[in-house]
Amino acid sequence: MSDRVLLATFEHEDDLLAATDAVRRSGFKIVDAFTPYAVHGLERAMGLRPSRLTWVCFLCGMIGVLGMLWFEHWSTSIDWKLDVGGKPWNSLPSDVPVAFEAAVLLAGFGSVFALLAVSRLFPGKQPQIINPRVTDDRFLLVIDEADAGFDTAAVRKMLQEFHALAVEEKITLPGGDLQ
Amino acid sequence: MSDVHASLRSPLVTGDKTISDVTRDICAPMDRKPTALWWSAFGLSLTALIVGVAAVWYQIATGIGTWGLNKTVGWAFDITNFVFWVGIGHAGTLISAVLFLFRQKWRTAVNRSAEAMTLFAVMCAGIFPLIHMGRPWLAFWMMPYPNTRGPLWVNFKSPLLWDVFAISTYLAISAVFWYVGLLPDLATIRDRSEPGWRKRITSILCLGWNGSARTWLRYETVYLLLAGLATPLVFSVHTIVSMDFATAVIPGWHTTIFPPYFVAGAIFSGLAMVLTLMIIARKVMQLEDYITMTHIDRMCKLMMSMGCIVGLAYGTEFFMAFYSGNGYEQFVFKNRALGPFAWAYWTMVSCNVLIPQLLWSRKLRSTLPVVFVIVILVNVGMWFERFVIIVTSLHRDFLPSSWASYAPTSIEIATFVGSFGLFFTCFLIFCRIAPVIAIAEIKGAAHLKKRPPAESITEEKAA
Repeated sequence: MSDRVLLATFEHEDDLLAATDAVRRSGFKIVDAFTPYAVHGLERAMGLRPSRLTWVCFLCGMIGVLGMLWFEHWSTSIDWKLDVGGKPWNSLPSDVPVAFEAAVLLAGFGSVFALLAVSRLFPGKQPQIINPRVTDDRFLLVIDEADAGFDTAAVRKMLQEFHALAVEEKITLPGGDLQ
Repeated sequence: MSDVHASLRSPLVTGDKTISDVTRDICAPMDRKPTALWWSAFGLSLTALIVGVAAVWYQIATGIGTWGLNKTVGWAFDITNFVFWVGIGHAGTLISAVLFLFRQKWRTAVNRSAEAMTLFAVMCAGIFPLIHMGRPWLAFWMMPYPNTRGPLWVNFKSPLLWDVFAISTYLAISAVFWYVGLLPDLATIRDRSEPGWRKRITSILCLGWNGSARTWLRYETVYLLLAGLATPLVFSVHTIVSMDFATAVIPGWHTTIFPPYFVAGAIFSGLAMVLTLMIIARKVMQLEDYITMTHIDRMCKLMMSMGCIVGLAYGTEFFMAFYSGNGYEQFVFKNRALGPFAWAYWTMVSCNVLIPQLLWSRKLRSTLPVVFVIVILVNVGMWFERFVIIVTSLHRDFLPSSWASYAPTSIEIATFVGSFGLFFTCFLIFCRIAPVIAIAEIKGAAHLKKRPPAESITEEKAA
């Protein structure tokens, strides 16, 4: 990533979506977009891959169900054999409910913690807020000016066709923040 | 394209709002000082909570002999209240998770408060079995941890233990689902607050949310996963609650219809509680443009259909008692409808099956006072359903010599009142400190007003 980016502000999700699509089709690199709510279709317009967090969820769920089944089997039929109403020690059907709950618990917590980890969200984080209205009613698009042939004036003109409210140039600081 | 959709369906948000109007309207109650109405409701709830705390203190110090239980009726008021509160929680998850999977966008107006309701209801529910243990300070014995008693592990074949895992998982997952849903809204509050304690607290709680599209993509994935996990979870929870009864050999309990019957009843009672809270909240917090009559109408329809399923289950129970040819089973059901607790049975049938039929009429569905009375009656009826299932099945058992009756003591009633106190105290505090409507979700779901670009550009330049 170069040290210069172009920042476009929009008021409507349709404009942001169309502009993102057009910018990417023209071969420019999109750093990120910032929106007040999840804009459906933006991931396609930005060319992002579907999230792989589903695998984390699946893995955690499997660990939960298999771990709990093993523990139930080990504790009730190996470590301390407990006769309950003459039922077999290793009675699998009665192990299902708790194993299911363990799967849901681990899968739920696992995927949330994975989300926080990959998105680097943690208590006390001070993110750079480029425009405080981004959590209210503004949509931002950040375009990389890496390309040697990046024609700022042309891109600016293109963005204005999509009703960009403002287009400004910013410099990226080493930490990733904008100035 | 969005304009085309908007004209086909009635709008989710009325009153011609822009996106920033939505933020302002939903955050407004938090900026205002609490009204006199809020203070009086809070005072009342807090008083009920204090009464409950005193009652719980007394019965733990003295023992559960302070209850009206006897050798025949070993479960009564406390387990009734437990099932009642767990059931209420289920509508919250139905609205937040099941309707999310079905892409019902109208849920965005009510899901936040319904989830909060779930959390508080499950908290209230958890208290009852905890007290019922008699020695609640030993509650940790229910967890399978290595101990010096053998180690003697917990009994994984008991539905009561399944319940411990189900309810605690449900509470934990509901809390996480609620908090994850709150993250973008906490960031909204952070960004619109003046520097001060509110900005500091929300910037810690929102975990540094900045609205990045990459984060949104992952967030939506996880939200979908949580909804997918919460949906079978909510069914498993009440299924397991019903197995507390169904695995016993007591006539009236020992039936295979219990899991679906309990789940339908739970959602039914929960929708009644959601409607009760929403009808009050939209009025008191001036959210009529967000929780519209369309929302009330849809929830009424959903509630009525659940009521019909519950009615069908009541009928099926009677048919199966007759069809089984089992004399004990037949006696229990005759005794339910005609015995000493017939008044409770017929209260249940009238409130849960007959009265909700009024909601077939569109006119009555759009008359708020009528809807309010109906939902209150459904709340009452669903409490009586659990009372009927538990007490009438137990009080006349196999041996007529051990037949007994049951009446709650003042301590039991005070504990029940206290649980309402806890529920409403928590809910009223929630209404003050958090956005009662999911701001980010409703913005994405509702087709809001668009201003002409020229107007916005002028405004942006002036800023």
